[in-house]
Amino acid sequence: MNLHEYQGKALFAEYGLPVSNSKVIYEAEDAHNACRDIGGSKWVVKVQVHAGGRGKAGGVELIDSPEDAVAFARKWLGKRLITYQTDASGQLVNSILIEECTDIAEELYLSAVIDRDTQRVVFIGSSEGGVNIEEVAKNTPEKIIYEAIDPLCGAQGFQARKIAKVLKLNNEQTKQFTPMLKNLMKLFIEKDLSLLEINPLVITSGGLLHCLDAKINIDSNAIYRQPEIAEMYDSSQEDPRESEAAKNDLSYVSLDGNIGCMVNGAGLAMGTMDTIKYFGGNPANFLDVGGTATQDRVSRAFKIILDDPEVKVVLVNIFGGIVRCDLIAEGVLAAIEEVGVKIPVVVRLEGNNADLGSEILSKANIKIESINNLGDAAKKAVELAQ
Amino acid sequence: MSILVNKDTRVIVQGFTGSQATLHSEQSIEYGTNIVGGITPGKGGQTHLNRPVFDTMAEAVSAVQPNASLIFVPAPFCKDSILEAAESGIELIVCITEGVPTLDMLDVKKRVDELGLRLIGPNCPGLITPGEAKLGIMPASIHMPGSIGIISRSGTLTYEAVKQTTDLGLGQSSCVGIGGDPIPGSSFIDILKLFEEDDQTEAIVMVGEIGGNAEEEAAEYIKNYVSKPVISYIAGQTAPVGKRMGHAGAIIAGGKGTAADKIAKLKECGVHIADNLVEIGPK
Repeated sequence: MNLHEYQGKALFAEYGLPVSNSKVIYEAEDAHNACRDIGGSKWVVKVQVHAGGRGKAGGVELIDSPEDAVAFARKWLGKRLITYQTDASGQLVNSILIEECTDIAEELYLSAVIDRDTQRVVFIGSSEGGVNIEEVAKNTPEKIIYEAIDPLCGAQGFQARKIAKVLKLNNEQTKQFTPMLKNLMKLFIEKDLSLLEINPLVITSGGLLHCLDAKINIDSNAIYRQPEIAEMYDSSQEDPRESEAAKNDLSYVSLDGNIGCMVNGAGLAMGTMDTIKYFGGNPANFLDVGGTATQDRVSRAFKIILDDPEVKVVLVNIFGGIVRCDLIAEGVLAAIEEVGVKIPVVVRLEGNNADLGSEILSKANIKIESINNLGDAAKKAVELAQ
Repeated sequence: MSILVNKDTRVIVQGFTGSQATLHSEQSIEYGTNIVGGITPGKGGQTHLNRPVFDTMAEAVSAVQPNASLIFVPAPFCKDSILEAAESGIELIVCITEGVPTLDMLDVKKRVDELGLRLIGPNCPGLITPGEAKLGIMPASIHMPGSIGIISRSGTLTYEAVKQTTDLGLGQSSCVGIGGDPIPGSSFIDILKLFEEDDQTEAIVMVGEIGGNAEEEAAEYIKNYVSKPVISYIAGQTAPVGKRMGHAGAIIAGGKGTAADKIAKLKECGVHIADNLVEIGPK
């Protein structure tokens, strides 16, 4: 689960990290008061969306009057920001962060992820902060440090000093950085993060370290024990069908083809998409109905798939493991009837009692193509979609 | 021979009396698996599926001497259960549960490695040695004793590969689902090593998917240490690149993780690639 910048910075503040004075606004009219409350004569206004590349897309501005803040908010609130990290329709802007302006001397980079290779939380640092960090990683890998933290010992001072060398910090800044690193690690563990990124981490004109941005991703498996974080969820940043699916405990990703897919298991769902593509078709979605394909779940899955107007045919591919195929067949039939499916449906059932399942489908009054071989079923779906 | 489990493996089920554990334990027992008992805190002293129930692993160890554990407890309690099995010296721990927090797994994996034990999963279908023992949730009927070793990150996709090798009369020596989580207890390499040493296994099927670089590492290992033919299928060749958040993931992956990268690396290391899911068996 992604957090907005303002939510990430609130967590930073809670853990004693240096962030700017700021206010979040949801109505353009509040921008004026927000600037006055923060004080000063220059502010930075930033649209809050779950995507990077905001600056280049016009979603971040430096302003010197509260009126400009109001104008910026009027321009963006309710609109969608398209950046190189979003899809073509962009992300909805429903809040804006207004911050006091920071005088920047240097821009650095700091992040932490759970690294699959070392099986540790790894901090990544570079003296070359700002927008082009991926280029830095590719072209000058020696300018980047990767420091793995032992899960039982936690972040140590020597590790902070090691990273500080690569960040080219002076002695004073290194002293400031050591507790910062420890606190970031504490935040990472206590709030179940899977990613944390500060880009840029800046050195101010006063020579102090300061967190100018905050990107935080929370491990969705751990949300159950993070009730405060769960409340930060912003469904407006998700695809509406994807969040509807998530509510129904189904895993759905919308794609741009016209063959709707309903599969049990994420791996088989991807394999089914690949098979469709292999035979010249285009999947409209990824959908994992989960291990137990009951009538109720199948019905809800059909509703979500059919909500996409591009879908011309639905391919159901269920490998009945523990659940018997005859029960799945009955569930699929009942779901088709309940939802009122009007387009062709190709069903491939395999596993326990697959023959019985196919028999039930072939005897049904509803027109269903029941094909036991996945290759043939995919070919049929591709043919029907044309 | 086979790997990891056979009919003599003494299995203890953690979370034994829960509905999922009951359903799958029943099927495992019916398959001939030697389940010697189970653990559900608070229900010690009862009998479930004609097997004794214990409050703690320590009691189970002294009463029924298990050497493998099968875990069905809910995700919030998996860390506790895996560590309980590990600290009791259970050599093989299989965790079926999905949704275990990643940070829990960092601690658990470190401890299991320190103790020199083997963990399979979490978020996996488990493992089976056809005709001997089933520690997991896979449908027994599609399996057949034979010569192919199967390793997979995915559940239902494994069944697809199993079914194809059964239909062709090849059968399986053992099938291991290592699970799809970022921090799995065992890697492809851990299991490849076992299949390479196993006399019954003549060829290995490795089913991978996009994300991480476990397949790339396995490819390198296969090139250097595996003499048996390896056939691989990678799911997600057409999966879109998801919305990214920040740059850190991209940097650490170093541009790896796509299906095309994995396939290129596997081919370079002499692995046979099934381009299409329906071709795994024939290959």
